[in-house]
Amino acid sequence: MANAIEVSSISKEFVLRHTRSIKEAVVWLVKGRKGDLSKKFHALKDVSLMVETGETVALLGLNGSGKSTLLKHISGVMLPDSGSVYTRGRVAGLIEVGAGFHPDLSGRDNVYLNGAILGMTEKQINERFDAIVEFSEIGEFIDTEVKFYSSGMYLRLAFSVAVHTDPEVFLIDEILAVGDEPFQRKCIAKIQELAERGKTLVVVSHDLDLVSRICARGVLLEHGNVLFDGPISEAVSRLRN
Amino acid sequence: MTTTISGELTRPGLGGGFRDLRQSSFLLKLLVRKELKVRYRGSVLGLLWSYVKPGVQFVVFYVALGVFLGLERSAKNPDGLSNYAVYLFSGIVLINFFSEALGNAARSIVNNGNLIKKIYLPRELFPVASVWVSAVHFFPQLVVLVIGCLFAGWHPDVFQLLAAVGGFAIVGFLATGLGLLFGAANVYFRDSENLVDMLLMVATWASPVMYSWTMVESKLGPAFFAVYQANPITVGVELFHYAFWYPTTDGSAAMPPNLFSLWLPIGLAISLVVLALGQLTFRRLEGRFAQEL
Repeated sequence: MANAIEVSSISKEFVLRHTRSIKEAVVWLVKGRKGDLSKKFHALKDVSLMVETGETVALLGLNGSGKSTLLKHISGVMLPDSGSVYTRGRVAGLIEVGAGFHPDLSGRDNVYLNGAILGMTEKQINERFDAIVEFSEIGEFIDTEVKFYSSGMYLRLAFSVAVHTDPEVFLIDEILAVGDEPFQRKCIAKIQELAERGKTLVVVSHDLDLVSRICARGVLLEHGNVLFDGPISEAVSRLRN
Repeated sequence: MTTTISGELTRPGLGGGFRDLRQSSFLLKLLVRKELKVRYRGSVLGLLWSYVKPGVQFVVFYVALGVFLGLERSAKNPDGLSNYAVYLFSGIVLINFFSEALGNAARSIVNNGNLIKKIYLPRELFPVASVWVSAVHFFPQLVVLVIGCLFAGWHPDVFQLLAAVGGFAIVGFLATGLGLLFGAANVYFRDSENLVDMLLMVATWASPVMYSWTMVESKLGPAFFAVYQANPITVGVELFHYAFWYPTTDGSAAMPPNLFSLWLPIGLAISLVVLALGQLTFRRLEGRFAQEL
């Protein structure tokens, strides 16, 4: 089976710059570059990850362990300092639901805008529009401006757009806690259905019980290093201890 | 489990520059439409503001410069410019387009930071959409200009209309190029947008919008006048004068020498070089947008 994602020994260093103005940079240069203008922080150290097509992988770890950074490298939002990332097929991130929503536009406009942002074509959105609205349970409010939506409605519509983009690789970052419990169950069922259809899933979540239901493989990260890579149950029990 | 393996392995996050724009034309269209819808939200006059603002600006400049400072030709002031109102407005609409396009493009990346940090999409879309939106706002002003010209006895030939298209293209390319450059720089240093504000103030006065090019030539002499002429905005404004103002006069006013044989190609070339440089800089800097925003 071919790999859907190939991450080969990538490293990423963040520069924590304190200044945002040319003035301070010039002062620093004039003073003979004394002191450090910036602090460095290693978010990922020599991380490799091969994911086969159709695998369901959970990235686990405490806050600041580099899970989200790794996900951003796979989606292409960030580029590694060293090493390489390759992906096969269309990758879509269900990253931060509703990032592309504009509060002053109607639900309908937002479905089109967000769908296009996530890489759908006009034809695809037209075809799936009814399915998106139906899944979101928004109903008649679809032509209301999104700023009048309750937070649950907002998230439901955004999630619904995201799951209907139908890419080969899904990246999911902390968004499974969407809406009330019935809708949450619906979301999880939908994600499980995607996995059964052979989509590749990479999930970041702190909800360990949930992750162990969806994913088969767990990758445990700590301070930018891969600590463990194997069956999900073992990864979860390692993290819990 | 059956899966179809589609496509080759590709590296995510490496943009294809302007090639991406063609593939994302639908998204570009939606972004432009969003900006247009959101711009005048909750205002009573709505899109009418696109007429009112330049209209007031025009009246202020016309009274202050044309009447008080005596740039308008009249019985008492035979040295002035005939049809100064048309002269002034044809320059103002172009400068307004440039100011709005560059000002918004320079802020577009930072303003859309939330999206750029989370989802990968061709980031050139944002500055380009800003320029596009400005072009849409330019259109009603152009309509007002044409109506004004018709009242002043406008009778252009095809060549003069082509000159307008050329002037618009030069300024559009320049605004896009500078927008990409300053938009990318703004992510690293927010000073960039203040620099742009300053630049726009200078741009209004560094081209013959309010005054006539002959005044510049007589003060600067031929060498510095050539420098003045090399500014693509100057060329654009002069082309607009040629297209809209010149056909309303008796034809006795002089156009800048070599406008078509020399300055039009130079203006276009400089704009395209700026566009290429802007695109190059943008591509070099965009890889780190997500972590710097």
